[in-house]
Amino acid sequence: MDALLLHPTTIGGKLLLMVLAIALFALIMGLVLFMSQLPKRLPSWVTALIFLFPALALVCFGLIYPALVTIKNSFFDETSTGFVGVANFATVLTDAEFLTTLRNTLAWVVLVPLVSTGIGLIYAVLVDRAKVEKVAKTLIFMPMAISMVGASIIWKFVYDNRVGALSRLYVTVAGWFGVEDATAPQWLMDAPWNTFFLMVVMIWIQAGFAMTVLSASIKAIPDDIIEAGRLDGLTGVKLFRYVTVPMIRPSLVVVMTTVAMTALKAFDIVRTMQGGFYHASVVANDFYTESFNNHNKGVGAALAVLLFVIVVPVIAYNVNQLRKAEDIR
Amino acid sequence: MSGLAAPAESGIRGTGPGNGGRGARSGRPGGGDRAAAAKRRLTSPWASAIAVAIGLVWSVPTFGLLVTSFRGSVKDIRTTGWWEALNPSNWGGFSLDHYRTVLSGSGTANLADYFINSIVMTLPAVIIPIFLALLAAYAFAWLDFKGSNILFVGIFALQVVPIQVAMVPLLTQYVNLGLNASFWVLWLSHAMFGLPLAIFLLHNFMKDIPRSLVEAARVDGAGHVTIFFRIILPLMVPAIASFAIFQFLWVWNDLLVALAFGGNTPDLAPITARLADMAGSLGAKWHLLSAGAFVSMIVPVAVFLGLQRYFVRGLLAGSVKG
Repeated sequence: MDALLLHPTTIGGKLLLMVLAIALFALIMGLVLFMSQLPKRLPSWVTALIFLFPALALVCFGLIYPALVTIKNSFFDETSTGFVGVANFATVLTDAEFLTTLRNTLAWVVLVPLVSTGIGLIYAVLVDRAKVEKVAKTLIFMPMAISMVGASIIWKFVYDNRVGALSRLYVTVAGWFGVEDATAPQWLMDAPWNTFFLMVVMIWIQAGFAMTVLSASIKAIPDDIIEAGRLDGLTGVKLFRYVTVPMIRPSLVVVMTTVAMTALKAFDIVRTMQGGFYHASVVANDFYTESFNNHNKGVGAALAVLLFVIVVPVIAYNVNQLRKAEDIR
Repeated sequence: MSGLAAPAESGIRGTGPGNGGRGARSGRPGGGDRAAAAKRRLTSPWASAIAVAIGLVWSVPTFGLLVTSFRGSVKDIRTTGWWEALNPSNWGGFSLDHYRTVLSGSGTANLADYFINSIVMTLPAVIIPIFLALLAAYAFAWLDFKGSNILFVGIFALQVVPIQVAMVPLLTQYVNLGLNASFWVLWLSHAMFGLPLAIFLLHNFMKDIPRSLVEAARVDGAGHVTIFFRIILPLMVPAIASFAIFQFLWVWNDLLVALAFGGNTPDLAPITARLADMAGSLGAKWHLLSAGAFVSMIVPVAVFLGLQRYFVRGLLAGSVKG
């Protein structure tokens, strides 16, 4: 039974279990629909509860309850048995290495959204209504499809000291300036610049996202408004600055916050490319290391709570926007 | 497509790009000439050229690794730049050897098992939240009950919560249940983490289904089951596709859940976890890393290119998990 339902080792066994799992949840769905129909007249809240129960149960089990436990753990020691007050947070916020991590994280959260949104915006304007629009957009958008691990490997190769394109370019350019036998820097090792080279990967991925949303937003600006701007004598850059940008401001905010959230939470790039060593770690990576490698639950939890605290203003902002939208309706 | 407009209006992260220029521009009577004039003025060959140039720069890193994965000589890969393989005199050096090694070779570099694991992990992790979110979205959209708004806003807010805050206690729960280190953990975790987005996205599309349609069916005596299958589900197909592709890319490409819950065994770990490990342990064995990376990318890129339309629609309609 164990091999069948929990730990299949053959391909056939795995596929069978996969089908079983899907069937199980299809059955749950069927059961919910069946129950909602049973006695003809149920109070509406009972029916609603039946429909919501599976989803709510999973969300409570997997998100809400564990999050509360994590908040509690952040005030306890590494085995979650002894209460230590704010000692974990004190550790995080005073240790020199952690402070470097915090500084790096801040750089990620500020620079990645700014640069990717900037590139995405410029690109969206450049390709808007051009003949090559579709192909050009797909080229930029493609990195969204691949994993951050895959992207990390692609870029690790670019930064490779021996055969990497960037290193070779560096040596070549140095040669033009008369520097013989220049050696390229260790892109991923020399702090603090390594953080920037890691960020490049995230920007490479996120610019496509920014471009897609902003491009749709630009297309949604009514022609009349552009036309009015023209009649007022605005052209080119000025038209862009005084008409296009203000019109798509909400989208800009949305894109930046979304990218900032991604940059805050992602640890894939740092971990895959250089493991978070050489003073290039970020909070999400330290969280993983402390929680799963060092088994220091207290500090790990404190780092998770820290991530959460940074996100709270964004949640509040988004909920506020949702409320506004509902009010309008 | 009205299904797109309203979620975009609700503006949380999509903010109104939604139904985009197409409707607005081409729908306006007599606007054709002006639109054409605007088009002429806006489209400059220079802009296009710059755009294409940026697009090429964006593709160079991927292209370089792709070329490398087909270079037969390991020594060449380690000593010369990938662009040298493009020299026609070197074309004889291309081979599929490295792909053979990572797919059917023996030892640590074999990714075939991990590839299967990724498939087994991803399909239920995409389908399960769709099932559950459809039910929840139906309740939010078509049943009037007290607290419905608060509950929905709460679920919406959960989208932004970093999953890191849930991971360690969740792992303890799995251990207590005896589920740890099994596919169930991966399926359930991805389903739970995907549910807030799924409910939000599907609800936004679902509430745009004309009320009269549902009311008429009710008057005719249709119950929830009939309404759900005969009216709602057929109209929800594009929305489901949008979420499905999001969740697919998310799950297939995820590293955090895979590492924390999936370990690193050929019985369970998906390909991303194995690749991340290889990137650390194999260092500069680019012949294996490059082929491995592209094996892991082929499925998401194919899905992405095939269903890009739905992906973009989902992106604009709701939000993005991150």
